[in-house]
Amino acid sequence: MAGAETSNLLQTPLNDTHIAWGGRMVGFAGYAMPVQYKGIVDEHNHTRNEASLFDVSHMGQVAVKGADHETAARALESLMPGDLVGLKPGEMRYTLLLNDNGGIEDDLIVTRPAEAGTDGTLLIVFNAGRKDHDVAILKAALGDKLDIDTFFDSKALLALQGPKAADVLSRYCDLPQKLSFMNAAAATIEGIDVYVSRAGYTGEDGFELSVANEDAVKLAELLVSNDEVEPAGLGARDSLRLEAGLCLYGHDMDDQRDPISAGLIFAIGKGRRVEGGFPGASKVQKLIADGVAEKRVGILFEGRMPVREGADIVDESGNPIGKVTSGTFGPTIGSPVAFAYVQAEKAKIGTELTAIVRGKPAKGTVTKLPFTPANYVRL
Amino acid sequence: MSDTKYTEDHEYIRVEGNQGTVGITDYAQGQLGDVVFVDVPEVGAKFSKGDEVAVVESVKAASEIYAPVSGTIVAVNETLADEPGLVNSDPVVNGWFFKIEIDDAGELEGLLDENAYKAHID
Repeated sequence: MAGAETSNLLQTPLNDTHIAWGGRMVGFAGYAMPVQYKGIVDEHNHTRNEASLFDVSHMGQVAVKGADHETAARALESLMPGDLVGLKPGEMRYTLLLNDNGGIEDDLIVTRPAEAGTDGTLLIVFNAGRKDHDVAILKAALGDKLDIDTFFDSKALLALQGPKAADVLSRYCDLPQKLSFMNAAAATIEGIDVYVSRAGYTGEDGFELSVANEDAVKLAELLVSNDEVEPAGLGARDSLRLEAGLCLYGHDMDDQRDPISAGLIFAIGKGRRVEGGFPGASKVQKLIADGVAEKRVGILFEGRMPVREGADIVDESGNPIGKVTSGTFGPTIGSPVAFAYVQAEKAKIGTELTAIVRGKPAKGTVTKLPFTPANYVRL
Repeated sequence: MSDTKYTEDHEYIRVEGNQGTVGITDYAQGQLGDVVFVDVPEVGAKFSKGDEVAVVESVKAASEIYAPVSGTIVAVNETLADEPGLVNSDPVVNGWFFKIEIDDAGELEGLLDENAYKAHID
């Protein structure tokens, strides 16, 4: 239970603010980040019922620019299987960076801004732990076709998440009335320039606000000054995303794992599943056609014992048939929940499975994801 | 008459006669956060000092609890199965984990008294 050593870690612009708010700082992806303030369960529940502010400034914000939208989108499509050419101005899309074996190098969001003068620009948010690696891949493959700018040391990212997020943000701008889920636009909040997207990773309605480092503290303090808003840390973010059925890179997927067995076929454009033209396309197409050996499933367990990453899943005879990649006690659902990769024939909804925790069996059932209903707002 | 001793791993053992009641300290529960499950040992099981005897789970992580002394489990706190939050709200009185019959009272000498434990967490 010793405190984590955080002195050699990078800091986000909100570091002192987290400490002032009572955040317990831990190391995550090379950054000092708050794992919690008052407590993970309180913060989890507050996000489901009200609104929470998360600092996700450690994530990698990147802009690429080509001659026009089609040029930039086609270039990215040579590395990513999403339909990026088809993005309309203001739309954003979840997709993947794939390798030649069809393994997942990262999962990410690409946004096509709508503002005047942005034609040919695409904004990307990568995972914190992969951003340097991802930018190296982009520069090696596309450096002669696109301008690639990183904002790792200049822009912060705040996530305002929860059913009251729209009410709160409406006090400062009209975007909650205009933006649908997975759309983005620029706004000015109390004189601060922000780029707002209606997105997040909690399963709730919410917004992510990209802001210059020097304005980040002011914006965070402004949002938290609303009665509905409390700060929340990485602990709640993890339990919220698990209940929401959302994968965490490095746990539920990695560079050895293909998107089909991971249940991420939605990150591959429908046309692109046929046309290919992305790294590992032939392998991915073969998996779509022939099926996969293992599938990621959601498992809801009986009792209260959390079933965590690394636990074996066994059949009636005790033979291993899979492994848990993420798991915790889901505060909203009131049961232990997990993702696991299991043999495809055991992946059907309703299949009863057993996990082994410290030598003891935990009985569970393959359950449709998300565990908790998604509350995304589509206008 | 009882006497409470502490381990450096933040367990307490409240000694009455040849039995000790074991749980985690208020400081420890605050560090762990919301407890969602406690994996308690079986009555009758024997442990040596330092053995892993129980596991306390928060949303974030599982933490092992080690036997503060050698002995035999004589009771476990069944209430924790339904109310693991007692470990947070009332760790010392109602949030105890198990009672152990102490093999060798001499092992208690190596544990911290209240003042030494307070110094340990400061």
